[in-house]
This record gives sequence, structure tokens and C-alpha cells, in this order.
Amino acid sequence: MTSPMLFEPNRPGSKDVAWCPGCGNFGIRNILRKVFAELNLTPQEVVIISGIGQAAKMPHYIKVNGYHTLHGRSIPIATAVKASNPKLTVIAEGGDGDMYAEGGNHFLHAIRRNPDITVLIHDNQIYGLTKGQASPTTMLGMKTPTQPWGVFEEPFNPIALAIALDASFVARTFMGYFEESVGIIKKAIQHKGLAIVDIFHPCVSFNKVNTYEWYHKHTYWMEDHDPYNREEAFKRAIETDPLPLGIFYIHEKPTFEEQVMAYKKDKTPLWQRKPKFGEIKKILGAKKGF
Amino acid sequence: MVEFKEDVSIVLGGAAGQGIQTVEEILTRVLKLSGYNVYANKEYMSRVRGGINTTEIRVSSKKVRAFVKRIDILIPFKRGVLPWLENRLSENTVVLGERENVEEEFMEKITFVEVPFNKMAKDVGSPLYLNTIAAGIAVGLFHGDFEILKEYLRKRFGSKGEDVVSKNIEAAEKGYSLGVKLCEEKTIGINVKKDERVKEEVLLSGTEAIALGAIAGGMNILTFYPMSPSTGVAVFSAQHAEEFEIIVEQVEDEIAAINMALGAWFAGARGMVTTSGGGFALMTEALSLAGMAENPIVIHLAQRPGPATGLPTRTLQSDLNLVLYSGHGEFPRIVLAPGSIEEAFYLTATAFNLADKYQVPVIILTDQYFVDTYYNLPEFDLSGLKVEKHIVETDENYKRYLLTEDGISPRGIPGYGKGIIVANGNEHDEWGDITEDEELSRLMQEKRAIKKLRTIRKNAMMPELIGSEEARYLVISWGSTYHVIKEALENLGREDIAFLHFKWLYPLPSTVKEVLEDKVLIDIEQNVTAQFAELLKKEFGVSVDHKILKYDGRPFSVEEILDALKGVLE
Ligand SMILES: Cc1ncc(C[n+]2csc(CCOP(=O)(O)OP(=O)(O)O)c2C)c(N)n1
Ligand code: SF4
Repeated sequence: MTSPMLFEPNRPGSKDVAWCPGCGNFGIRNILRKVFAELNLTPQEVVIISGIGQAAKMPHYIKVNGYHTLHGRSIPIATAVKASNPKLTVIAEGGDGDMYAEGGNHFLHAIRRNPDITVLIHDNQIYGLTKGQASPTTMLGMKTPTQPWGVFEEPFNPIALAIALDASFVARTFMGYFEESVGIIKKAIQHKGLAIVDIFHPCVSFNKVNTYEWYHKHTYWMEDHDPYNREEAFKRAIETDPLPLGIFYIHEKPTFEEQVMAYKKDKTPLWQRKPKFGEIKKILGAKKGF
Repeated sequence: MVEFKEDVSIVLGGAAGQGIQTVEEILTRVLKLSGYNVYANKEYMSRVRGGINTTEIRVSSKKVRAFVKRIDILIPFKRGVLPWLENRLSENTVVLGERENVEEEFMEKITFVEVPFNKMAKDVGSPLYLNTIAAGIAVGLFHGDFEILKEYLRKRFGSKGEDVVSKNIEAAEKGYSLGVKLCEEKTIGINVKKDERVKEEVLLSGTEAIALGAIAGGMNILTFYPMSPSTGVAVFSAQHAEEFEIIVEQVEDEIAAINMALGAWFAGARGMVTTSGGGFALMTEALSLAGMAENPIVIHLAQRPGPATGLPTRTLQSDLNLVLYSGHGEFPRIVLAPGSIEEAFYLTATAFNLADKYQVPVIILTDQYFVDTYYNLPEFDLSGLKVEKHIVETDENYKRYLLTEDGISPRGIPGYGKGIIVANGNEHDEWGDITEDEELSRLMQEKRAIKKLRTIRKNAMMPELIGSEEARYLVISWGSTYHVIKEALENLGREDIAFLHFKWLYPLPSTVKEVLEDKVLIDIEQNVTAQFAELLKKEFGVSVDHKILKYDGRPFSVEEILDALKGVLE
């Protein structure tokens, strides 16, 4: 195991952390540093592609490669990064608005595509960066400046949805449980195929309902749960109070990179390849005739 | 007798699904291999069955690469074709076909030669052979090589068994001998010369040239969401993905498509998207990300008339402003528009090196007319093509957005070198971290929008001048209208008119201004507001003197350009 300190960034701009004091994002960062260290990874071989939001600022506060992109778009970018260079450990990271609202379509289709990436959702059940509007996972009845009457839309259930779509790896954790979260995210990264981890974390500035205490009280760890049993996983996924934590579902299946034509014979990362002029010549030859 | 010399335009018309495509394919392949120059272009309705689709095939002694309005020989497969093509018919048009497919009121206007296609097909054994008979007649009219026709049919129908092959050959023979007979009887006279060299040339479409150019340019990943007329590039690439060892992925929407392509470049591979106006509209946020993050990308945009869904299967050059000005904030981009199929190949390959070198979006603008056109041309020379990736191996102190004089920061990629790459769509410092610093914000804006643009402009490609620098009149055009204008000017045969064709639309080299000075400028574009003329005004303060514009969704024809030029010239 390397040291988590290896992942401490030291650029001038990364010192001024934009997260509010006491925010759960700090905990997630510490979890990630420990995970990378335990997996013996180097900063050079990890890439975090993030969207937009407070959560999505992660690439600036941790020393790995990063691309801080657009709201909702981290998954397609991460998919192509992995496809271009399968030697990299690729993580798509963002908030619940980022992944489930603006990026909802990509979330659905990434499950179908099954690239070998890890999707980490900082689920604070609110929009942080834009100051406290409801997110797709905000609980019914919660009042916000833009939902003054209280949220009446049914909250999104990412776990049930992912299992319904037969996702490859589905888990939920609460960052307040440090070691358990390290364990789950480690398994997610090691998992071959798309791994989704919904990570509860309190937003101390805008979510006065789902606090540290609330998550401690309203969650429990699944025991004796068989993640290879889809029906059982689904039953657990629709439990509401208390909310189960742990690995819900695992389904090993071929990944995107394993199935594309590009890697059928040659495993060289795409970025190191040269165009096949010989094949172009062959096609042009055929275009002389029929 | 109706006689055609040097250059014959054959038009086939029928319902979608009636097999026009098959006849077109047989004809162009077999005639090319017989030594004739060929050109083909289709026109179709946005529907899967029925309606009226037509194909124009030109067969010529010289290279032919442009659409003509004139129809020399028309083969209608259903009623309604003649009314649909009414303004392209003349007494010189020979209509070959069934009596019932020619509306009474046209009998006076055209030369009708009755061919009992259906009866002939039934004699062979089934109405299915009608297409082969029609192809046979046309090949016969040119005294094309029957052995080649037989070989073609063997190859095409071989998988369906010996019986189908021999029946098709029988049908082709019947057609062929009728074609020959029509010439011998002097009903139709055709005098087109063969050229041995043509046999060795390739027959390629705009679509195929873009796809092959991308492969030659090192494209590793093509992501797309289907939209006419851009889909062909994805179809061709997908069908050859195995040989090229590339990824061709149909994704959930255009937003995913462009973001994936950005991811590919970020990781050091080369990605392209192929789309049309509506799809590009969805991509504009990611285009801005490419601008801010200095992420290279190549975009192929095959234009069709808009706004919204517009005319899905027709042509226009009306997305120039879209590609010039789309995206929020200010950042440079390169816009290219090939005029010929050769150019489509080489420019697309070059687009990848440009994207890499300048770390900007490079947009290749084509249109429906262009992608659906094909003709014979000499095989490409691949020896000069180089993949220049401009990727550096990073060290520990690597800064992704190093401030430099020419606005270009050395580009590292994850996992290559000791450095860490942090790319960012937020305003950033040299390391890529978010900044709101006044000074840095200003410097970064200047780096992208001024310094880098200046560097690109310095190295931009000059337009192609055809004709004399001294000419009083100067025709200006861009992209796909190249060959139509060229042919019209050849027909016009005046020394005092030259042609300036732009393949590199933005940024324009500043020396273009000198070429435009003291000339009568005639702008030819396929859009209603003369978007390129507007760009010239904005860039150089010049105004064009005449505008020849077409915007009905149909391509310009040689005749139309010729007439319009005659109207303008003294
Ligand atoms: C296209 C687009 N729409 C809206 C925004 C504004 N925006 C920034 S972050 C955000 C939501 C953030 O919420 P979440 O993803 O849950 O992340 P958090 O800040 O809570 O970590 C929104 C709507 C944007 N940047 N881009
Ligand atoms: S707004 Fe909420 S989620 Fe964002 S940093 Fe502050 S506390 Fe954390």
C-alpha cells in the first residue's frame, strides 16, 4: 500500500478548497485517497472526470489526472477515456443533480454500454453549488427556495433503477462510515464493468433535513445479502426507511471495451495506434471495381 | 434521331424501394469499368416507401463532376416521374419506358421510345428482373463491356444461387441488345469516348471520402447519433470498423457523441463526430468546453436545410453561421469545406492534425448534395499523409495551460510521463485549477481568443484561384458548389472572369483581402442570406457586388449558374 499523502495535491490553486467547512465532500476525498493508496495506484494512472457542482470540483483537491467538464457530461467523457486507454483507472464523479438530472440520459445508457469505469455520485439530496434547489433525490415534502410548497415529485431511486436495468455493480454508502466506504469504493474500482456507488453525504449549508445524524439514524448495513440475487437486490433497493447500505447487486458481464472491434485482436491503447493505410489502400482498390 | 455527344445525362426516377439504387449502381460501375467517366447524384424524399426519388448519372468523354439540370435520357419507373421533373425536360429528352408511365400531356414535349420493361421481365420469369433490363439497355446504348456487366451480376447475385444469376444475365442480355439496337436503328445516337485510364480510377462518394479521410487522419473513435445526411459516414465507418480497428459507437444523443469524442482526445486518441445541423445545435455546449479546455475535436457537419427539422433529405449551405458563431464565450475554431471528393479526403485527414496542433475544434462542413455525390477519380496518394499528434511526455512540473507567446500550451495526456493533467472547463490557472483571479482570467481569455487565433490565422490556407489574377470579375464560393461553378465557367469561356474557391472558411488569412480588391465580386452560395459574403464583410470590410443565391433545397445546376452569370456580366 502506498501512502494516501501521495494523492495530496500541491498546486497553488488546489489549496483554496471551495467546499463549505464541515461538508461531506471532504470525507469523500479522504476516502478516495485511502482507496487509491490501498489499491497501490499512482496519481498518473488514475483519471477523475467530473461534471459540474460542488462535488464535481474533486479533481482540483486530489492529486490524480482530472478533467472538470460540463454539468451532466462526465460519463460519456469517462467512457471514451477508458476506451482510448484501458490502462487508466477511470472514475466519473459528480453530484446527484449532475448524474441523475442533467446527466440522466447518459446514466441510463452507460448502464447498457457497460464501460469499465466507476461512477461515484455524491448524493447530498440537494443542489449545492446553485444554492439549495431540490435535486432528483430530494425527499418528498422538503421545502426549498424554489419549491416553497415542498417537493411533490417522487424522488429518484438510482439503486432500484440501476438494478432494473441490470447494471453491473450497484452500491450505496454513507461517507460518515469511513472504512466501510473505502471497502465499497475499492470493490467498485476493482469490479470489471460499470460500477455505480451512490454516496450519501450531508450538505451542511443547504440540506437541513439529511444531516450527519439523520443518515446515521436512517440507514443500516445489509448483512447476509447476496448481491448476485437480482430479486433480493431489488427488494432491498425499494426499502425507504431505514435505507440499506452496502453492495446491492453485482452482475459480471462483458464490458464495452471488450466488445468493440478496436480491441478484438490488438490490445494496444487506441492513442498509441497508427492509421491502417494498408486497409485504406485495400478499400480504394475495391472501389476501382464493383 | 436524337443524338448525344461527349456527355449524356441519364435520369432514373421511381418510388423509394423500386430499385433505382440498383440500376444506378450497375450502370456507374459497369460504365466506369468500360472506360467512361461517370458522375452520379441522387435526390430523394424523406420517406421509406413510395414518393419519387431520382438519380442523375452523367456519362462523359471528359471528367464530369457537376449536376446538370438537362435530362438526355429518362427512365421512369412509375407515373408521376415526368411531372416531378417537368422543368428539366425538353424535346431532346428521350424517355425510355412503359407507355403507362408517361402522362399524356408530355408526349408532345419529349421523344418517347416505348420499352415494354414489364413484358420483357415476365418473359425472363419475373417482374423482379425489370431493373437489370433497364441497366442492360443503358449499358447497351453506350456499347459498354457486356462481359463486365455479366461479371457484376455474378458477383451481386452469386449468393442467391446459379438460377438467379443466369436469369439476371438473361435479363441484362435482353436489355443490352435492345440498347444496341436502338443505336443501330438510329433512334438514339450516342457518341462518347472511352478512356483507358478511367478503368484504373476509383469510384467514390463524398461520404466515403470523409470517412476514409478520417481514418487516414488517425481517427480512433467515431461517435454519432443518426441524422440525415450525415449518417452515411457512420455507416461506412461501422462497416469497416474491424479492418480499421476503430470504435464506431451509436450513442444516446449528440450530446454524448461530442462529449465522448472530447474524452478520446483528452486521453490522446482521436475522435470524430458526424452530424447535421440539428445535432450540431445540441453539441454547442460541448463545443464551448472544447474551446475552454483546449480540447481538440473534429466534427463533420453535413448540412441540410433547417431551421428545426427543415427539409431532411435536401441540400443547403445554411449552417455556416451556426458553426462560426455557435458556443458561448469566445474561442477560436477552424472551419473547412471541401469542394471536391479528393479534397474531402485530404482535408479531413488534415483536420485531425490541425485539431491537435492548435487544440481547437475543427469543423468540416459538407452538405447533402456533396455527401451523396460520387464520380471516378485517380486513387489517393497516401505517401504524404502524416499523423502529427503534438503530444508531449510530461514531467512533474507539467502545466496543462502554460501561458505561451503563440497561445499554444504543450499538450500532455494522462499516463504518459510523470506529470498530472488537469483539464478544466472553468476558467483556470496554468495548472488547470479554477481561478477567479483578474489577471489570470484576462491572460487566459487572450491566450485562447487572441493569441491562438492569431497563430492559426497566420498558418491558414489561402483559397484556390482558378483563372487570371487580372480578371475583372471574381466569382466567390465555398464548399460543395466548386465543380458546378467550374463547369459553368468553362462553358462560359471568358477570360475576364476568375473563380476564388474557399475550402478553409475560418479563420481567413489576412492576405485574402488583396485578392478581393478592385474586382467585381460575384458571390455564389446556397442559402438565403449570403452568409459567406457577410463573413467577408466582417473580416475584410469588402462588399460583394452580386449575389447568386439558391435555397430551395436543390443543388445548383451548371445551367443555372451559367444563366445567372450571364445575367450579371456585361
Ligand atoms: C447546463 C448547465 N445547467 C445548469 C448549470 C448550473 N449548475 C451548476 S451545478 C448545478 C447543480 C449542482 O447540484 P449537484 O449536481 O447535486 O452537485 P452539488 O453541488 O450538490 O455537489 C447546476 C444546476 C450548469 N453549470 N450547466
Ligand atoms: S454547498 Fe453543501 S455540498 Fe456543497 S460544499 Fe457546501 S456543504 Fe458541501
